[in-house]
Amino acid sequence: MGKHNITMTINGESVSAEVDSRLLLVHFIRENLDLTGTHIGCDTSNCGACTIMLDGKSVKSCTYLAVRADGAEITTIEGVAAEGTNSHLQQAFHDQHGLHCGFCTPGMIIRSMDLLKNNPNPTEEEIRWGISGNLCRCTGYNNIVKSVQQAATEMAKEKEASV
Amino acid sequence: MIPANFNYHKATSLKEAIALSSELGEEAKYMSGGHSLLPMMKLRFATPEHIIDISKIEGLSYIKEDGDMLKIGALTTQTEMEHNTLLKEKYPMMGDAIWLTADPSVRNVGTIGGNIAHGDAANDQPALMLAMRATVVAEGADGTKSIPIDEFFHGFYMTALEPSDILTEIQIPKAKKNSGGAYHKVERKVGDYATAGVAVHVELDDNGICQQVGIGLTNVSAVPMRLERGEEVLRGQKITDELIEQVGQIASEDCEPESDLRGSEAYKRSIVNTITKRMLNKALERARQ
Ligand SMILES: Cc1cc2nc3c(=O)[nH]c(=O)nc-3n(C[C@H](O)[C@H](O)[C@H](O)COP(=O)(O)OP(=O)(O)OC[C@H]3O[C@@H](n4cnc5c(N)ncnc54)[C@H](O)[C@@H]3O)c2cc1C
Ligand code: FES
Ligand code: FES
Repeated sequence: MGKHNITMTINGESVSAEVDSRLLLVHFIRENLDLTGTHIGCDTSNCGACTIMLDGKSVKSCTYLAVRADGAEITTIEGVAAEGTNSHLQQAFHDQHGLHCGFCTPGMIIRSMDLLKNNPNPTEEEIRWGISGNLCRCTGYNNIVKSVQQAATEMAKEKEASV
Repeated sequence: MIPANFNYHKATSLKEAIALSSELGEEAKYMSGGHSLLPMMKLRFATPEHIIDISKIEGLSYIKEDGDMLKIGALTTQTEMEHNTLLKEKYPMMGDAIWLTADPSVRNVGTIGGNIAHGDAANDQPALMLAMRATVVAEGADGTKSIPIDEFFHGFYMTALEPSDILTEIQIPKAKKNSGGAYHKVERKVGDYATAGVAVHVELDDNGICQQVGIGLTNVSAVPMRLERGEEVLRGQKITDELIEQVGQIASEDCEPESDLRGSEAYKRSIVNTITKRMLNKALERARQ
């Protein structure tokens, strides 16, 4: 059936490919591009393990056609910080034990990036609602909330230092 | 899970989309956010031969007051509605609902047009549209049409839209002085579809008499449902606790829920009663502010 030539920017690099109409974005990312940090948990748009940043917004890539991402700018967990460094969120998840098995973590971090962009100083309740589409089977969420709080504080400090 | 084979087409204008749809016929489906349609395609509940992507059409994403109407473009995402100041200040019922709809990543993509055009009584927007007496504007092969919400929902996933019709705009009578609305749904877990939900919109005159009232119910009938008998009880009256009690009772009698994983029929009737009363009180409180 339908084939399409698509071009998008993933983690700063331009990528072109020919894809089927029905190819899901998560499969394109994992299988065509070998970026396996983006996970598939439920495959039914409920768990958020597949969350990526698409044109600045968190999106569940298991529920998005690859062909629709033509022209888009995408960030996956591999692209949130330069090789060998951690973003504030990554460092905070490490410091606060915001992960156990780590399966949900890439999605949690991408979702939290979107949350903190729109609300740099969220309350605990806002964080819990903000990650409500991302399930974690291990942590019980408390340390994830603490991680997002630490990242918010660090990001605010950095912003203050830069002005 | 991968959807069955289909052919993808991207439309960049309404004209192009409608021409494509007319040419491809009934086996073609429009896709906006795709967050209702694609999950159904992955489960093979829907197997369209063609998908016409309308999400890139420009000029269909806006929220504005114009004349005596609030106008919302069909491609406005639920996230855009959530952060919109006009809706926050004057139409708080929208915020009540969107906060409880799906989760932030789904709301980043799902559109108001898709939520209504899907024709699903489990979605939250239909009840709000019934309560606020919205008009659906659509454009298709035979021109532009305005469809009052009471004529829009025809059946399970069926609406007044012809296959080539694109829902372009929602029009809602502008919030009047002494008016208020509220929405709540009971859900099993955050982001779930409603076990039951109730939207209420009331308009009072200067003496506190109810001039107009709209009550819409979520997920307790096959077709999004207006609580007509309850509205009649309140219209033209000063809304008292006794009348609110009576309307709650009517809601539990007139809704048509089925027992399923979200709860038994009796449980759903009982919570419809409770939410109706609470939302009437909350809408009244907002109308009196
Ligand atoms: C995990 C999850 C949880 C959810 N929970 C809720 C919830 O609690 N409450 C709720 O209300 N919704 C919920 N949704 C649905 C979500 O809000 C959808 O995004 C929305 O209902 C549909 O919008 P869409 O733009 O994605 O529509 P699409 O999926 O693109 O389209 C839906 C249908 O409408 C048609 N259509 C779309 N746009 C138009 C148009 N402009 N003109 C004509 N036809 C059109 C399509 O052909 C299709 O038949 C949930 C979705 C997911 C994935
Ligand atoms: S894999 Fe996409 S939401 Fe679970
Ligand atoms: S750390 Fe294991 S699922 Fe979240």
